[in-house]
Amino acid sequence: MVISNKPLRFILVALVACLPVMAFANSEKDAAHTQTEVAHEGASEGHHAAEPTDVKSKIKAFIGHHVLDSHDFTLTQDDETGKYYGFPLPVIIWDNGLQIFSSSKFNHGHAIAESNGNYYVINHHDGKIYKTDAEGTITEDEKTGHPTNVRPLDFSITKTVISIFTAALLMFWLFSSLAKSYAKNGGIASGIGRIFEPLVVYIRDEVAIPNIGEKHYKKYMSYLLTIFFFILFLNIFGLTPLGINATGNLTITFSLAILTFLITNLTANKNYWGHIFWMPGVPKPMRIILAPIELLGVFIKPFSLMIRLYANIFAGHIVLMSIIGLMFIFKSWIGSSLSFGLSFVLSILEILVAFLQAYIFTMLSALYFGSAVEEHHHEEEGHH
Amino acid sequence: MDKLINQFEFGLFFWQVIIFVGLILLLKKFAWKPILDAVNEREQGIKDALLSAENARKEMENLQADNQRILNEARAERDAMLKEAREMKEKMIADSKNEAQAQGQKMIVQAKAAIESEKNAAMAELKSQVSTLSLSIAEKLLKEELSNKESQTKLVEKMLGDVKLN
Repeated sequence: MVISNKPLRFILVALVACLPVMAFANSEKDAAHTQTEVAHEGASEGHHAAEPTDVKSKIKAFIGHHVLDSHDFTLTQDDETGKYYGFPLPVIIWDNGLQIFSSSKFNHGHAIAESNGNYYVINHHDGKIYKTDAEGTITEDEKTGHPTNVRPLDFSITKTVISIFTAALLMFWLFSSLAKSYAKNGGIASGIGRIFEPLVVYIRDEVAIPNIGEKHYKKYMSYLLTIFFFILFLNIFGLTPLGINATGNLTITFSLAILTFLITNLTANKNYWGHIFWMPGVPKPMRIILAPIELLGVFIKPFSLMIRLYANIFAGHIVLMSIIGLMFIFKSWIGSSLSFGLSFVLSILEILVAFLQAYIFTMLSALYFGSAVEEHHHEEEGHH
Repeated sequence: MDKLINQFEFGLFFWQVIIFVGLILLLKKFAWKPILDAVNEREQGIKDALLSAENARKEMENLQADNQRILNEARAERDAMLKEAREMKEKMIADSKNEAQAQGQKMIVQAKAAIESEKNAAMAELKSQVSTLSLSIAEKLLKEELSNKESQTKLVEKMLGDVKLN
């Protein structure tokens, strides 16, 4: 029953998971339209215009900046006065010694920051810090348009670092208070943490035990629960108007995926490696062909985890912000209210996606852990 | 692809791994272990309670069945005892009746035997008396009749006639 149920549920989940991507694909046409228009209009201004002036390119630049990490926490800005509402964050750079200064020195990318005789500048396109001279000279690669300046090792506490740290603190507070409430209340949860108790039990009963098995699931529970709630909280954070985009950041999803990869392969048993390098139950020449394919699969699995979460959240943010941006482009009762309705519906869909992507990441991680510790019975498999 | 690789930021990766691994370890110690333990314990408690309730119910049923069985047994025993007593009573009555009959029969037989023997004794007595009497009569007669021959004969005849009649 479990075996027949799982693929069905998986297909359903995969279908729903594809929904935002489809939505993205559809609205990309509109976005492309807008882009070409912008390109036509902005042609005279030149490609590297530092300050976009018309509404469409302003919105485009705003979205482009939103999905990237940033060195200050800007909640909103007033274009007319040039005032930014938010707070600067510490910049930590390893460049011949530790250079620590506040990001307010950059004045939101308008100024050159100086620290111990070194000059740094934030590039307008990728939001990254480059080393420069006192005049702020930036040399750009002719083909790609990327700056060729030296990039120092940047350990800054960026907006994303603040977000993940806040999520971590929140999780720690919520779940440690939930854990304490059991002792205080005689084995029954109380307080705010009890909202999450069903989710904890769900992860254990529906994700960990069916995929990993009763025997081994316990040692993976901490990781699975942490990753589920971490992704879920950051996804939900991303839907707040604070402008956080942590799970839509490739570095974050990469680090999560690489942890799953490491745990899978470090805890794998003999059977797992046996199935990769010397697949039992197939003819010998086939085993030689299968080995590199299986080995490739080892790397593709976490890679797909990384891309799936990144693409879903990234696309969701772009679509949602584009539709919100349309309100300001239409500037009419009908168009703006239509895009308000659309963005409202999309927001609800994004909440679903937030839960779904956290669930999928956790479930697939559990599936990979399960395959790593599975004890195969070849005699039985032959009868299937 | 180039754009994707460009998005990778080592500093962010560094912080993320530190925060995330630290979070896993902290939560494992302070949250997941106590939460899962408490949930498991509670589930085990519920399971145990249900099981013990079920056991108690079964025990109760067994007890009731036992009671019913004992009651039935007692009833059957009582019936059996009553029946036995009735049978015994009838048997006793029949026995005593038979015994009385036998005793009576025996007494009758004895009485008959006694009567017979008494009769025989009386007869013997009577015979001896009669013989003595007849001897004395004969003696008297002889004495008397020896004097008067005719009357003697007459007397003898008469007496003999009397004896025969007897």
